[in-house]
Amino acid sequence: MRVNDMKRVYVNEKWCLGCHLCEYNCAFANSGESDMVKALRKKTIRPNIVVEEDGDINFAVSCRHCKDPICIKSCISGALSRDESGAVTVDKNKCIGCLTCVLVCPYGCIRESDGGVVQKCELCLRNTVGEPACVKGCPNRAIVFEER
Amino acid sequence: MKNYVIIGNGAAAVGAIEGIRSVDSEGRITVISAENHHVYSRPLISYLLEGRTDEKRMLYRPEDFYEKNRAEVLFGEKAAKLDPKAKKVTLESGRALSYDSLCVATGSTPFVPPIDGLESVKNRHSFMTLDDAEALERDLDPEASVLIIGAGLIGLKCAEGILSRCKKITVCDLAPRVLSSILDGDCAALMQAHLEGLGIEFLLGDTVEKFSGKTAVMKSGKEVSFDVLVTAVGVRANVSLVKDAGGEVGRGILADSKMKTSLDDVYAAGDCAEITDMTSGEKKVMAIMPLAYIGGHCAGVNMAGGDESLENALPMNSIGFAGLHCMTAGSYVGECFEEKTERGIKRLYTKDNLLKGFIIIGDVDRAGIYTSLIRNKTPLDSLDFEILKKSPSLAPFGKAYRLEKLGGEV
Repeated sequence: MRVNDMKRVYVNEKWCLGCHLCEYNCAFANSGESDMVKALRKKTIRPNIVVEEDGDINFAVSCRHCKDPICIKSCISGALSRDESGAVTVDKNKCIGCLTCVLVCPYGCIRESDGGVVQKCELCLRNTVGEPACVKGCPNRAIVFEER
Repeated sequence: MKNYVIIGNGAAAVGAIEGIRSVDSEGRITVISAENHHVYSRPLISYLLEGRTDEKRMLYRPEDFYEKNRAEVLFGEKAAKLDPKAKKVTLESGRALSYDSLCVATGSTPFVPPIDGLESVKNRHSFMTLDDAEALERDLDPEASVLIIGAGLIGLKCAEGILSRCKKITVCDLAPRVLSSILDGDCAALMQAHLEGLGIEFLLGDTVEKFSGKTAVMKSGKEVSFDVLVTAVGVRANVSLVKDAGGEVGRGILADSKMKTSLDDVYAAGDCAEITDMTSGEKKVMAIMPLAYIGGHCAGVNMAGGDESLENALPMNSIGFAGLHCMTAGSYVGECFEEKTERGIKRLYTKDNLLKGFIIIGDVDRAGIYTSLIRNKTPLDSLDFEILKKSPSLAPFGKAYRLEKLGGEV
């Protein structure tokens, strides 16, 4: 299992335009729809990446895929685990939405989803995109997918 | 090759197995499991009755877990005696197991107070284990009235789980409020109102004085008729093995930050252990699943010769009923910042420049940011707490923090 040499999403906050495109690309990538308009139109999106602002600065926050993830250690149902690539993933079939992971994530990166379970960034490895859609669509390289 | 024995087969045992294996891939691991089940998540038994999970999905680890970790499980076996000098555990079946390092993860047992006539109640249940849940399920029917003694976490989750499967649920508790171990008056009232809205009836500050057939006579004089009784008054840590062997126990088996007990090469973790609550400095039994796993993992690493400490254990709970979530953490001491929200309330408790605890009902999004402030003992003057207390986010932590956490591996 890769942990120390895995690629993660990193933030270059000085380049973030605050355009929120990453949020829309994330929501679309995880919608299961093939058409972006159909996926997002008139919907309140629940992306796994969220743009925050601090004065003039913007930055995008998504799961850090921590080396020692407290979410996995705290999960009461065994729904959270680390896959072979090192990504922290959630088995929505096992999750019962107790939100203990929400209670412990230091970065606020696990959220309740519509279906009474939780959702989180899985680096788009389990949807059809195959690489982080947020990074792919970022117009200013304010988020990157690399090894550090 | 080291010989590891783990007594118990719950979250703490899983933590111990994974902790041992993170250091030692060779040693022999033997697990003594009183229950005849692959490790499952006990708090999920209410969801099982509610139909939101099933026996397969509620497994805490995949079916090949023991095999992959090369742990031998002795199902249906109970430890009877611990001899720390000979480093030997004797089972009730008579078999004896030698160990180099032992983890006691025996959990707790429901405590049933003596009540006049209790023994004569036929459909009487505890609500701790999968077997308990299945036995309760057999007694449920759409016409059944259920009386639950105990308005704590177990009693209320039980009520939620069986709500649609019986006619009426009454919950009584000697305490004047629901969830009395984690909520104060106002917050408890909010949860109670929500639960009443779901159709659960409460008799609080009242207790059963005696049972007469299918009728409970309350201390207040009220009479409650029922078909099924669930006792969820509380639990007691299973300490006797260690106590009888001369180990130090309080309300639980005393363990230090390495999860070691007072006996050589004997560790304890989970609901049977008593460890320090970082927010109060007091030794406590904190019977919550995350700590069972984390404590077990810590014990396992140390048993195998590694070095792990658990210095930031704190009580915390995330509990929801039909969409209304409630999160609590730490100690409710010091100054209180309160904010009422649409569906609930937020209370943050600060003392000595630290966040010590919180209660959040309703909007629990990103609450873990608060928990991390407690766990990391972050000085509140090192960030913009005025903004943070209103909305949990990373902006108030400042640029250096963000650079470290969002720009590098954590």
